[in-house]
Amino acid sequence: MHKTPDSFCRTAVLYFIFIWLGVMVFAPNLLVLLASFLTKDAEWYLRLPLNLQNYVALTDTALLEIIVKSFSLSIATTVFCLLVGYPFTCIIARISKDYRILFLMLIIVPFWTNSLVRNYALISILSKDGFINTILLKIGLIKSPLVLLNTNFAVFVGMCYTLLPFMILPLYAVLEKIDRSVIEAARDLGAGSAEVFFKITIPLSFSGIVAGCIMVFLPALTLFYVSDILGGADISVLGTIIRNKFTVDKDWPIGAAISVSLTVFMLLLLKLYFKSGNTVEEERQLW
Amino acid sequence: MVRKFLKFLYILTVYLVLYIPLIVAIVLSFSNSEISDTWNGFTTKWYSNLFSNSDLLQAAIRSIILATMSACLSTVVGTITAIALHRYKFIGQKVVYSSLSVIMMSPEIVQGISLVVMFIVLGVPLGFTTLLLSHTVFCFPYVTMTVLARLKGFDKQLIEAASDLGATDVDIVRKILIPLIIPAVFAGWLMSFTLSIDDVVISYFVGDKSFEILPLKIYSMVQTGIKPDVNALCAVLFFVTFFAVILSYKLLKIKK
Repeated sequence: MHKTPDSFCRTAVLYFIFIWLGVMVFAPNLLVLLASFLTKDAEWYLRLPLNLQNYVALTDTALLEIIVKSFSLSIATTVFCLLVGYPFTCIIARISKDYRILFLMLIIVPFWTNSLVRNYALISILSKDGFINTILLKIGLIKSPLVLLNTNFAVFVGMCYTLLPFMILPLYAVLEKIDRSVIEAARDLGAGSAEVFFKITIPLSFSGIVAGCIMVFLPALTLFYVSDILGGADISVLGTIIRNKFTVDKDWPIGAAISVSLTVFMLLLLKLYFKSGNTVEEERQLW
Repeated sequence: MVRKFLKFLYILTVYLVLYIPLIVAIVLSFSNSEISDTWNGFTTKWYSNLFSNSDLLQAAIRSIILATMSACLSTVVGTITAIALHRYKFIGQKVVYSSLSVIMMSPEIVQGISLVVMFIVLGVPLGFTTLLLSHTVFCFPYVTMTVLARLKGFDKQLIEAASDLGATDVDIVRKILIPLIIPAVFAGWLMSFTLSIDDVVISYFVGDKSFEILPLKIYSMVQTGIKPDVNALCAVLFFVTFFAVILSYKLLKIKK
């Protein structure tokens, strides 16, 4: 521990951090928590009395249906991103050091164009006379164009496309650190490829897998613009509901209740993540 | 040999899939159709349209101003937080630390609504200030984590030695810490800029017509159909950022 020559500096910095976090992080979240127990008011958005009605409303069948739909979409997206991203990152992490950064940069580059525009471009790929249908028709695999746009499938494609980098980056951070000599040692001792993969690579990268899954799963529940652009009028993600409650229906309490439930869910996932034995800053290093 | 080729093919396919929408978006900026979802012959009119369409251009400029300012602010706040977490032991350190991970992991929509609820309750009018504060809040943890990782990698005795030789906290920060963490600070800035300029969800809640940034402008156009001049704008922005990053990468390398 150091002695602090000027404790004024220390005090000022700490006050600043606590006030900043208090006002911009804790206060807003506490307000939402409070709002979720209040009653809707047409003029002031919120009013007393306190009640649990908003949480009871979450079990409404129409809402439950969307929750189930959104969770299925999210799970599908996460599984797909993991299945595609894991082998991809394994290969990237073993490229020689000079080129690795370049390959990683190539993952981030698409972010520099607006994500709305990139998702919008998917329309011209998935539409009735879009690229996919044109190609499939030309090679004679289908007789009439498939309906891809404005379906759950289109939203799934958009989500995977938007979120794949969020799976790859945390995976990269852990896979890159795996000591090659451990794997070689296992090989020398007679372990097969499958054994090395399941007994060494996967356990050593587990925290990255959990981090990547969280960073894909949660946004896949909430990115309403992907569903807006590709999913048509149907509501397919939870995020759309939360947004509508706040902006269209002006029903803050229910919107807040959904948001609080989502936060609780996230905290549970984070707990799992910290248990998986890593700290977030490690997977963030590469940024 | 076959294995190597298959690996190469796999990597190539993933990159191809990631880049196809981007390429399509850029190609469609040359399409001679009213709405940017079909190809209808080559034209460059959308580019000339863009530079006369001050509305769209202004939204882009606002976006760049906002992203630059919030990246700078996040860098300052994030670096201070990182140095404090590294250098001081204090009550609530763990809370600060874990709230950073919570901010990074929490869905944007949760952050967006909690911030807008607070702004409305406090009576802060939505617009530039609320956007700037909100963007700073969701970007600064990335700076903190990057800088903290860098700080952990170096010898603490350096600071102790300086301290013993009579350096004040301010001296230590200026003469030792800042030169050490500059690369991490720069990376954090870039990260914040990238996150801020592409943010849709949080801006949707805390933004307002009074300071309409590009993602909000485009989002409002989605319902009626995006015109190719938006694609043209994105292509221009893309190449500008691309070359800016390449240039800064080269400059950093030369410095080293």
